[in-house]
Amino acid sequence: MSLVLSRLGNTVKRLTSFSKLCKSKRVFASNEKSKVPQKPTWSHVEENKLTEETLIDNETIDHLERMSLVDFNNQAGIDRLNKAIRFADQLQLVNTTGVEPMDTVLENRSLYLRSDEVTDGNCQNDILQNATKVIEDYFVAPPGNIPLPDQERDYGPASAKKRK
Amino acid sequence: MACVIITNIFKRNSFKKLGHFWYARSLSVAATRLKHDREWKAVIGIEIHAQIYSKSKLFSGSGTEYAYPVNNQVGLFDAAIPGTLPVINKRCVEAAVMTALALNCSVNKVSKFDRKHYFYADLPAGYQITQQRQPIATDGYCRCIVYNPAVPKYREPRELSVRIIQLQLEQDSGKSLHDEENGYTLVDLNRAGVGLMEIVTAPDMCDGEEAASLIKELQLIFKTIGTCNARMDEGSLRVDANISVHRPGEPLGVRTEVKNLNSVRFVAKAIDYEISRQIELLEDGGKVENETKAFDFKTGRTVSMRDKEMKQDYRFMPEPNLPPLRIYDSSDAVSHLDAHQVINVDDIRASIPTLPAAKRTHLVDVCGLPWADAIKLSSEVNLMEYFEGILRDAPHRLPKTAATILLKHVLRCVYKAKCSIADCNLAPQRVGEICDLIDTSKITWDIGAKLVDMVFEGETLNPAAIVEKNKWHKITDNEVILRLCQTAIDENPKAVRKYKEGKKRYFSTLIHHVQNKTEQCTDSFVVMDTLKQLVLCEYSKVTQES
Repeated sequence: MSLVLSRLGNTVKRLTSFSKLCKSKRVFASNEKSKVPQKPTWSHVEENKLTEETLIDNETIDHLERMSLVDFNNQAGIDRLNKAIRFADQLQLVNTTGVEPMDTVLENRSLYLRSDEVTDGNCQNDILQNATKVIEDYFVAPPGNIPLPDQERDYGPASAKKRK
Repeated sequence: MACVIITNIFKRNSFKKLGHFWYARSLSVAATRLKHDREWKAVIGIEIHAQIYSKSKLFSGSGTEYAYPVNNQVGLFDAAIPGTLPVINKRCVEAAVMTALALNCSVNKVSKFDRKHYFYADLPAGYQITQQRQPIATDGYCRCIVYNPAVPKYREPRELSVRIIQLQLEQDSGKSLHDEENGYTLVDLNRAGVGLMEIVTAPDMCDGEEAASLIKELQLIFKTIGTCNARMDEGSLRVDANISVHRPGEPLGVRTEVKNLNSVRFVAKAIDYEISRQIELLEDGGKVENETKAFDFKTGRTVSMRDKEMKQDYRFMPEPNLPPLRIYDSSDAVSHLDAHQVINVDDIRASIPTLPAAKRTHLVDVCGLPWADAIKLSSEVNLMEYFEGILRDAPHRLPKTAATILLKHVLRCVYKAKCSIADCNLAPQRVGEICDLIDTSKITWDIGAKLVDMVFEGETLNPAAIVEKNKWHKITDNEVILRLCQTAIDENPKAVRKYKEGKKRYFSTLIHHVQNKTEQCTDSFVVMDTLKQLVLCEYSKVTQES
């Protein structure tokens, strides 16, 4: 489910960065003929060609809300989510055989390497400024993932001997 | 089940009289064989998080010092303030490449970064930058020695090869201190963003001791190549172990993961405990749950962690702010690139110092040391350096003598003084001079030990001069030794009598007598032989007379 969403997110991102690239092309290389169609073309996709419609249960909604820290608010919000997934289903029809997946339009660039020097930090006051509660320069957060109280049986060497 | 019944029959039978002895014995053999066939086998794989030894963090210019004032080694990027961007630290990439090469991995020329999402108070961005799809290195192996003289099963050194699946670069998280009493967590972000190498092994180990051996070897390698200080107590090396049990021939069992083990001993203990727990659970007809556990070192048990109710969904996605990381070799390092922007695998390979495994083999094959000594010497980088210091510029010096003097006597002094070999002020060359005196038979081993003590405690005279001053030369004149032994026999008639009655330990009284008389300047083996001859000779004389 969330995979579909993140894929959708990627596609949208790719499309936006792609359109940005097109724009820049238009600005800087207006003489060259763009390979991108100048006008959008629409084709109607038959509903029956799409994959089966995804139905989201309440459990998944809870999970998504927790994961994204976004509240769907009401049934209308959930309907909108369903529609977005349905819209994304059309992408499954695009033939991508032989097309290398692309993460970023900067794929032909290389990561810049910084030399190992301390140039940042020592700004505790700035950092703690955002905290609602601070104790002895620590951020204070609700309790996290801590071990359950110990109620299990002993399997140490002593009891192993006993077993034998 | 069948084997349990047979063992029970055997137990009942064995209580009966001797007539059943053979019957019972053959049954017991059958029972052990059957039990052996059906025995549970544990399968263990581990994940290691090693903090990269660097001045600044992986993607930001903040420092990485341990125990720095709380939240003061945090830059705006580390605190995930919007608008900040990651810039990778060259040193961290080089360290990862060097470690990968030391672990026989193939280094990927192009690697990519991903975001791994989870919500936790010590992870300000809500995701960790890691390398899930295309890590910096894959497919290696590490050879280690499984050896523990304290446990009979591991008394014979045995080589173990563990495959390394991958090595990846990632960010460390901040540190959480849980205050259960007051119901809150204190968060320090000093560690957030420090470079980590995550190393994932194949499930090639089968008990705690094997896992512990691998970790010890990795620690040694890290320290030798200087990519991680490998201090488990400070958390710069952390281990997660995946454990499952199954019967040979059957598919692997459900695994549990024990997280954040912070000492080599705890790794072994936690794994062995978890193996026993799973076996007991399965034999009782239960099921092993796929869960994350923590090790409670106070009770020596593993305990379940909260939040296990749902499978984590990390929502991996490509990191949009980082283009691919490229690594070159001599064949494709492009000259028009800025030299600072090129990491050349071949250059790094050439700069790797001799690794512990190669040193160990050298000690055994070339220096002729026993395995136990070679393992002990190579178990600590400083100890190995000290040993090499003793042998430096002295090709005539015998490595065996040097190893014995160092491991037995120098270390005894070091432990007694509660210091470490690195900061002991006894120069390796002085120890070497003592070894020379022993090698050339100028002094005995006992005097050698005494010299080590004296020099360690600050005696400034050189060893040869100390020997000269105290007249501690080894007594080699057989006439003298014979006379000394005869006196010992004459002055200890009681010990001689007891010895002749068969109480062998009284013989040492005689040896000690001679040794004390000569201030340890006689070779105890020579004295022993001479004494034996004398006593036997006298014994035969006495029997002849009677």
